Amino acid sequence: MKEIVIISGKGGTGKTSIVAAFASLAENKALCDADVDAADLHLIMDPEIKERHDFESGRTAIINQDKCTECGICRDLCRWDAISADFVVDSIECEGCGVCYYFCPEEAIDFPLNTCGEWYLSDTRFGPMAHARLGIAEENSGKLVSLIRQEGKKLAEEKNLDLLLTDGPPGIGCPVIASLGGAASVLIVSEPTVSGRHDMERVAELAAFFNIPAMLCVNKFDLNPEQGKAIEAFAREKNIGVIGRVPFDPAFTKAMVQGKTIVEFDGRSEGCEAVKTIWKELAQGLEI
Amino acid sequence: MIISIASGKGGTGKTTVATNLAVSLGSDVQILDCDVEEPNSHLFIQPTIEEVETITTPVPEVDMEKCNLCGKCGEICQFKAIVVIGETVLPFLELCHSCGGCMEVCPEKAITETGRELGVIERGHRNGIEFVHGKLRVGEAMSPPLIKKVREYTNPDILTIIDAPPGTSCPVIASMRGADFVLLVTEPTPFGLHDLKLAVGAVKILEIPCGLVINRSDMGDDQVKKYAKEEDVPVLMEIPFDRRIAEVYSRGEMIVEVMPEWKERFLELYHSIEKIAV
Repeated sequence: MKEIVIISGKGGTGKTSIVAAFASLAENKALCDADVDAADLHLIMDPEIKERHDFESGRTAIINQDKCTECGICRDLCRWDAISADFVVDSIECEGCGVCYYFCPEEAIDFPLNTCGEWYLSDTRFGPMAHARLGIAEENSGKLVSLIRQEGKKLAEEKNLDLLLTDGPPGIGCPVIASLGGAASVLIVSEPTVSGRHDMERVAELAAFFNIPAMLCVNKFDLNPEQGKAIEAFAREKNIGVIGRVPFDPAFTKAMVQGKTIVEFDGRSEGCEAVKTIWKELAQGLEI
Repeated sequence: MIISIASGKGGTGKTTVATNLAVSLGSDVQILDCDVEEPNSHLFIQPTIEEVETITTPVPEVDMEKCNLCGKCGEICQFKAIVVIGETVLPFLELCHSCGGCMEVCPEKAITETGRELGVIERGHRNGIEFVHGKLRVGEAMSPPLIKKVREYTNPDILTIIDAPPGTSCPVIASMRGADFVLLVTEPTPFGLHDLKLAVGAVKILEIPCGLVINRSDMGDDQVKKYAKEEDVPVLMEIPFDRRIAEVYSRGEMIVEVMPEWKERFLELYHSIEKIAV
């Protein structure tokens, strides 16, 4: 079983629409939405949830006012300024380090585990899917990404599937790092804009940093072919396989509005033709 | 006043709105680009950078001469960033959250702190616009401490425009907290709406007034507008899809400079924010 993770650096380049299209084209695969912070793949996959689990991770300090003698040790030690002058913990600022809990001489601080999201195992018309929802304003997205990828792999292995298609998060920080480890390859979806190029270079550097082989496709290529070619040239220089161009095609948005993949919406659209070519290249590259 | 520009979904046009708003105002304004994982505002503002500063976060350094392998550092650490194995102490510096617990708890005073590089902060200006952004080091996982450092450059005498990262978790909260107004940029699609709902949820938790910019407002459906009405979130600006705008953006140019008719609209946007936020 091989996992391919689709990332982009910049948000909104079309990762999820392209993953959805791949879901229509690939056989014997499981799906995983690792963009737990703003998960959208389920809006097209329409999953039927079979299992639902709480995601517990991290802790938050709570001061028991009856026991607190206001000695101030916790306030002195807290590096997040999360404890107010009247000894109430600001749960948003609290990092969950437990230093106040450990050093409180009155044992006046509780340090319970947080429930900061949910994760799901589902069936979809394209195969099994692992997905998750991180609570709003929560931390530990990297841990949830690692967990959901693990669950995705289990699903694929249990059902003897060849492939796990993982929709990754934007950026290059904690959730993206968590989405790379152990992947067979990443596909970077870029766009031909100065931002797309800048962000693609950083995420390509990240993939190289973790020794994950990368491939590239440029979405909305015709918006600025010069910029698109510059991105491809950069990729080739870094030994990143350039596997195709997707034209700007409003059919992607129209398909999304109907909750369909572009392959289901209009198999003859330019966008769909381009994604088919890319999928072929990708499957060859992965030897699946 | 601090206006934070956020979105939930990525690629909806946060940077476009932040930079064009700043350039329309022209002076007495600063941009803090807090999307430190993928900062893009500088590509459009093209500021002259005057100062570059490396930002570090404290991480433990163990003096093995003093360490008696008691293991208390590993017990207090919630992040599995330091552990005693056999005859040695292994710090996993990339996991360290810099709480200082291990140093504090060590009975032998064997732990001191050194720095792990988070990234850099670059500061400069373009004409009357002050510019600050953070750039996370590639390979570094934690962006909120760098975002907080960028925000320390808030100039209270002028308007601050924050370009926030996508999503709704800790980096976004670090970029919105303490703002006087959150401007949410969305697109009228199922993905845009879904992520907008999460972003509005985050704004509500922080109790900050907010308004909406709908970008590519004619590509998609009317569900975002319906939601805005239901939730009483004012729609302050709509930007229809225009291939010229997309191309201007792709080249790193400013809409208000290539298509000057937009300047008035961005100024109007600012005035409607002023009315709500003050």
